[in-house]
Amino acid sequence: MSVLIFADQAEGKIKKAALEAISYGAKVAAQLGTTATALVLGAADQAELAALGNYGATKVLHAADARLHEVETTVYTKVAAAAAEQENAVVIIFPHNFDGKAIAPRLSARLKAGLVAGAISYPDTSNGFVVKKSVFSGKAFANVNITSEKKIISIIPNTFPVATGNGTAAVEAFSPAINDADFKVKVVQTNTLSGEIPLTEAEIIVSGGRGLKGPENWGIVENLAHALGAATASSRPVADAGWRPHHEHVGQTGLTVRPNLYIAIGISGAIQHLAGVNGSKVIVVINKDPEAPFFKAADYGIVGDAFEVVPKLTEAVKKYKGLN
Amino acid sequence: MKILVCISKTPDTTAKIAFTDNNTKFNEAGVQFIINPYDEWYALVRALELKETIGADVHLITVGGADCDPIIRKALALGGDEAFRVNANSADSFYIASQIAAHAQSKQYDLIFTGKETIDFNGSGIGGMVAELLELPYVSIAAKFDLNGTKATINREIEGGEEVCEVSLPVVVSCQKGMAEARIPNMRGIMAAKTKPLTVVEPVEAATLTSVVSFELPPAKSGVKLISPDNVDELVKLLHDEAKVI
Repeated sequence: MSVLIFADQAEGKIKKAALEAISYGAKVAAQLGTTATALVLGAADQAELAALGNYGATKVLHAADARLHEVETTVYTKVAAAAAEQENAVVIIFPHNFDGKAIAPRLSARLKAGLVAGAISYPDTSNGFVVKKSVFSGKAFANVNITSEKKIISIIPNTFPVATGNGTAAVEAFSPAINDADFKVKVVQTNTLSGEIPLTEAEIIVSGGRGLKGPENWGIVENLAHALGAATASSRPVADAGWRPHHEHVGQTGLTVRPNLYIAIGISGAIQHLAGVNGSKVIVVINKDPEAPFFKAADYGIVGDAFEVVPKLTEAVKKYKGLN
Repeated sequence: MKILVCISKTPDTTAKIAFTDNNTKFNEAGVQFIINPYDEWYALVRALELKETIGADVHLITVGGADCDPIIRKALALGGDEAFRVNANSADSFYIASQIAAHAQSKQYDLIFTGKETIDFNGSGIGGMVAELLELPYVSIAAKFDLNGTKATINREIEGGEEVCEVSLPVVVSCQKGMAEARIPNMRGIMAAKTKPLTVVEPVEAATLTSVVSFELPPAKSGVKLISPDNVDELVKLLHDEAKVI
């Protein structure tokens, strides 16, 4: 028996969401009295794999086949199923990120293993195997019992802590049979903005809305984000107007984010926007309209003109960082 | 060319979320139901665009009771050709995917579109499960879909960007914003929808792997702490000392 964690990587580096998944999986393993094995597909640094022991993995299965460099759901599912069988995994953990959303459902159908997608709690095994998940786009939670023998949980990024342990995992090469014919989806191009923090992994997000009046004014958002080491985001009208790229759009039809700190500038706080951000631990709203509905969902608020307040706040943050 | 679009009935995006029966059921009182936006705006409309440009039969499928019929009629009014409703109630993704796969097994669809997730259960699992059950390739969370003969070029969202993928049909795709622009049905479509076939089929035997025990609402925020715009240093201090997030 074991807990298997699908730990995805980008360019050889294990993603932060995957480290959270390993830490979560190790806790579940302890809960069940067993051990956690991480599964890594594609080329990765051996030292970094062994260091996954720091997060609670006792073993790392590394499928280094060069063809696994890109995510192909059919192939990844077969590899994950083979790993689950070898390790006799009773619980399989995924990060609920783009890779997890692509693969966990396939694996669920293949193994007839019930899936809770978007979990925000550890399993409660006092009466069944109940996991809390976010539903109604963050407006409520559901407690879901997984009734199948094997269970899959995908956890929402930025929800669970990354463990800070001190261990070394045993790294084993994993080479299940893979057919060329299974590589049906081929990645021909990858367009990513290098050097930027992915929004779903960002701990601090500074987000701008229509109140900023135009794309030429985004400098104040970027400056504040830069001072805080934050990622930038936008509301839907801003993305729809083409002021900012769609991948920055946060809300019901865009990304769901759960940073530690979400600073909303010139965003009124329509219910569809709140659905994408209300998992944030702390929300700061800066808006000149005291009636903006976002203030009801905020922890801290400043009623004022963004063009005056935000540059002052940026300076205050710089001063604070300098003093610390 | 045959396309299957999977649609789901969900509460309107602005619906009040509340629960009844000891927090085990969604309170439907006064709630307006719609086609899940991802299914409608992106999956269905992209299928209709393909129908208009290269010709296709667009089939619709939903799993649910007779209360789903109004949203199916709306999807037909938008331009779907034929609809199927599997007469079963279940919140389990695997059960629903099994019903869709059983229907698709005999129909030889070239394309199966789903929304990237429903806005009620946020499961995001149906597309991948259907693909696995039918042993088809799957591309998740697609923002763009183009077809050249039987080869599809699909942009799939990844962290901080996108991947451009190529795949030969048939394929299952889950759709999000970017695929197409929302439409509203016209009077001709609404009239035509009344006579389009809506076949009710009985469910096949399938396992349920999960069950919802209860729902809960998030704890209410304790209220916003307002800070003077002339005292931004105070905000920085609070974020550090009180909220401990910087």
